[in-house]
Amino acid sequence: MPSKSFASRTYRDQGVVLRTHKLGEADRIIILLTAKHGQIRAVAKGVRRTSSKFGARLEPFMVADLQLVAGRTLDIVTQAVSLGWYGRDIAADYSRYTVGAAMTETAERLTDVDSESATAQYQLLIGGLAALSRGEYPPEMILDSYLLRALATAGWAPSFTECARCSAPGPHSAFSPALGGVACHDCRPPGSAAPAPGTVVLLAALLEGDWTQAVKAEEQQRKEASTLVAAYLQWHLERAVRSMKLVERV
Amino acid sequence: MYEGAVQELIDELGRLPGVGPKSAQRIAFHILEADPEDMKRLATSITTVKERVQFCEICGNVTEEATCSICRDTRRDPSVICVVEESKDVIAVERTRSFKGRYHVLGGSINPIAGIGPEQLRIRELMTRLSDEQIQEIIIATDPNLEGEATATYLGRLLQSIGVTVSRLASGLPVGGDLEYADEVTLGRAFEGRRSVSS
Repeated sequence: MPSKSFASRTYRDQGVVLRTHKLGEADRIIILLTAKHGQIRAVAKGVRRTSSKFGARLEPFMVADLQLVAGRTLDIVTQAVSLGWYGRDIAADYSRYTVGAAMTETAERLTDVDSESATAQYQLLIGGLAALSRGEYPPEMILDSYLLRALATAGWAPSFTECARCSAPGPHSAFSPALGGVACHDCRPPGSAAPAPGTVVLLAALLEGDWTQAVKAEEQQRKEASTLVAAYLQWHLERAVRSMKLVERV
Repeated sequence: MYEGAVQELIDELGRLPGVGPKSAQRIAFHILEADPEDMKRLATSITTVKERVQFCEICGNVTEEATCSICRDTRRDPSVICVVEESKDVIAVERTRSFKGRYHVLGGSINPIAGIGPEQLRIRELMTRLSDEQIQEIIIATDPNLEGEATATYLGRLLQSIGVTVSRLASGLPVGGDLEYADEVTLGRAFEGRRSVSS
């Protein structure tokens, strides 16, 4: 097979930086979630030097318009222009930072094998980070809403109104991550959680992005909802999301 | 595969950062062919480093004694502490020759995805120092990247209630560069941190 020329290997896409690793003397490996090419691992050369022209644009939570060159294992970032500067506002508040880390870690895990839903996941993550940087709603509620919607986009949509097994109309009082949502009295597996009715309403609002309903919830219901969302996330990802341990809950 | 000791040396060298299998082989053969005295010196310095060097009980910097030379130096200002991520950063600040206070090495920055939270850093030791010593100002000199900024935010919030002055290193334009080449984030920071020239 003839080797492709440099020009034909270059491509342009928009992406959000999920995570960075140090590489060699002054380089970084940047893990990106892009709009058209799914998750990409690319090398950004020399970005750790203080004289770097695009180091600041390739920090986690930054959205950039990128020019990349496809490589055998890792691509190379050649140009970057900022589209969204969420990093600064997120890092200026510690609870936002821990929530942002949990969001990007989840996005990385959900898109590392599944490239079909990557575009939808990209849009969802950008929306989540923008809301987080604006600080309109409490950070932990943005996280719970993001996690539910990201899991739904990945194909694990929970059901909070109808029974997850027999589709009997709700409201129901049992929740089972294994079943995929709330369960009616006949279908509920042993050991299911029994959340308060207000918590189930809150979870449904968070999944739909109905903030007028979600912000009405009391603190107790928010805490219970967070626990259930974390259990649902862990059940489907099969491994714990490390950043979740450090998320500050008010 | 080489026999015995040579292969063992290649394997050990290959575990060093930035050394691949070919470089490991080249270094191993250089060692074989080099002057025995030179190589003995290299071996001794590696052993000495591992045996003698430890972390300073006060600031966490590398030292050969219980406390480092900076913490022992009575001429340094005990009222100012510069908080840095690594021992390498102490050397970088020392090179400026403009800081006369003492240091505190955190041992990294808060990075939830890598599993590093405030508990894994030497933040508790810093708080202990604040209660014992005559400290009036803390200068946070963590890296100017996202993790460093988040660590600075966390420390700022923690130290707010103690009644010491907390400052953060400025970010801005590199000396000797052109303004047109500055990226928008750095230039934005330079605007925020501008200072009056009419004194």
